[in-house]
Amino acid sequence: EHHHHRIQQHRQKRRHRFQYLTRTIYGGGWFHPLRFITQCFLSLHNHHNFLINQFNKRMISLRVPAPSSFNLQRFNSGALERRWKLGRDCFLSFTPNRIGLGVRAAKSEMAPFTAAEEETLPEGLQPELMPKHVAVIMDGNGRWAKNQGLQPWDGHRAGVEALREIVELCGKWGIQVLTVFAFSTDNWIRPKIEIDFLLSLFERTLKSELETLAKNNVRISIIGDSSKLPNSLLKVINEVEEVTKNNTRLQLIVAVGYSGKYDVLQACRGIAQRVKDGEIEVEEIDEILIEQELETNVTEFPYPDLLIRTSGELRVSNFLLWQLAYTELFFAQEMWPDFGRNGFVEALMSFQQRQRRFGGRKS
Amino acid sequence: MGGEVRQLLEQIHRFSRRCLFRVLSMGPLPTHLAFIMDGNRRYAKKRGLEDGSGHKAGFSTLMSMLQYCYELGIKYVTIYAFSIDNFRRKPEEVQSLMDLMLEKIKSLLDKESIVHEYGIRVYFIGNLGLLNDQVRAAAEEVMKATAKNSRVVLLVCVAYNSTDEIVQAVKRSCVDKADRDTERIQLVDIEENMQMSVAPEPDILIRSSGETRLSNFLLWQTGNSQLFSLDALWPEIGLRHLVWAILNFQRSHSYLEKRKKQL
Repeated sequence: EHHHHRIQQHRQKRRHRFQYLTRTIYGGGWFHPLRFITQCFLSLHNHHNFLINQFNKRMISLRVPAPSSFNLQRFNSGALERRWKLGRDCFLSFTPNRIGLGVRAAKSEMAPFTAAEEETLPEGLQPELMPKHVAVIMDGNGRWAKNQGLQPWDGHRAGVEALREIVELCGKWGIQVLTVFAFSTDNWIRPKIEIDFLLSLFERTLKSELETLAKNNVRISIIGDSSKLPNSLLKVINEVEEVTKNNTRLQLIVAVGYSGKYDVLQACRGIAQRVKDGEIEVEEIDEILIEQELETNVTEFPYPDLLIRTSGELRVSNFLLWQLAYTELFFAQEMWPDFGRNGFVEALMSFQQRQRRFGGRKS
Repeated sequence: MGGEVRQLLEQIHRFSRRCLFRVLSMGPLPTHLAFIMDGNRRYAKKRGLEDGSGHKAGFSTLMSMLQYCYELGIKYVTIYAFSIDNFRRKPEEVQSLMDLMLEKIKSLLDKESIVHEYGIRVYFIGNLGLLNDQVRAAAEEVMKATAKNSRVVLLVCVAYNSTDEIVQAVKRSCVDKADRDTERIQLVDIEENMQMSVAPEPDILIRSSGETRLSNFLLWQTGNSQLFSLDALWPEIGLRHLVWAILNFQRSHSYLEKRKKQL
């Protein structure tokens, strides 16, 4: 009797362990061979892609790196410089092999755009088909840092570097508006440490880049719900917007505390106020009126032609709702710090090959 | 003889499909699937058929996809049938599309149609005032006839633009709040005035024919949906595409659920 009970217990334990194993594989209840096989296949496929990416990265690093692609050494030497310059309110992550690296790379700040660089579009890109407005969701900093064995704040700083590169490219290639998704209303749930770091990183970057941007004729606008942002950041934002408001070459729109639904909601509130004041009738509300009330009215091209999202997620995550009606979407597999010039060229080439019909017929 | 073999093959297909769906349903399944049925004209041109037959082939594909979805147990299915922008096409084409729609809507009222087989409740979403009277009357009749069904729901977007839907919702919420001075409009006010509020947000949006854009479809509701862009044209879409989309959804589902719980 007792022996039988012991055998049952043993069997149950084995079954539980087995079920735990299958549950972690699939999260379901029962073990099904077909599902297991398809899951294995899909994860192998992904691992295969991951391995190919790793291989490509290593191959690239064996060659002399192109000056505009992201590389860790230049970033690190620049990072030391930045820490010394910018003070101690960010987290420091010291590892022995990253202190005291050699000579600083030739340019870690944006040099003024020279006329010669302006005309050289890479092969395959046609100047008349360039998008006027590009939107970017800079996703994957945290995951990139984890893959490299770094801390998440390093990922964010790498992201700022990558953004600098893209802004430079946009200025050179005649893209007129670049919208970047820096911080969403959903991101407020992240740990407070990370939020504080992100906002202070943003503030520091704005302050340090103000001169460069003004020199390069770049106009900055910030959109989003500014009610939750700290006052120091708001002051810097106002100052930066004021100083750069007459620049014409490239307009950089940074979305902080922004979400598409929030934008439509505040447009709706503005319209409701105007209706109450008697300025407009309810029947006069139409799409053009809403477009004028949206926060993207700071630019004359409020609708992106191309939206790029990195890190392989196939979602829009509530960024730019109304404005994405006819936007071409491009999903890149790399994480944002790896995106760089190559990824950007690939996205633009894909955009130029698409046929945009806007609901009509192409004839 | 041929008929019997065909019946037997169909039985085998049905049985194997049931097994496959039983396996799939062990993992998380989406509750709401949305389709953009793109590529009918290109299909007709590719096959060298006449102009209208691409859409007819598309309709039969739609019926089989609906059957698979409902067999799998997906409760809400939304399809993008006709956009307000499509009115800008040539009048003959628009007219032939309207005729096809009228014919198919009327066939939904038949006794043996898929509506009665699966107990589907049909909604027609969009600015129905832009349609001609016959189509509108038929649509309203179908909506009334299926109002009592509750097992599964089919939302057909006809004369629909997401921006138009938002404008209508904004108008309605302005009118609602006009008399109440102290309250500001909240997100829920706009959301409950949207026509698509009868269904939850889509989990997956599938677009055929390889284009990767939303084309003014469900902009408000697809903020957090997975977007899949399949290279096949709509009449070429089959069971394997649906299964592939659902498997990919299941892979990223656990991560998404974690994020949603945090929110």
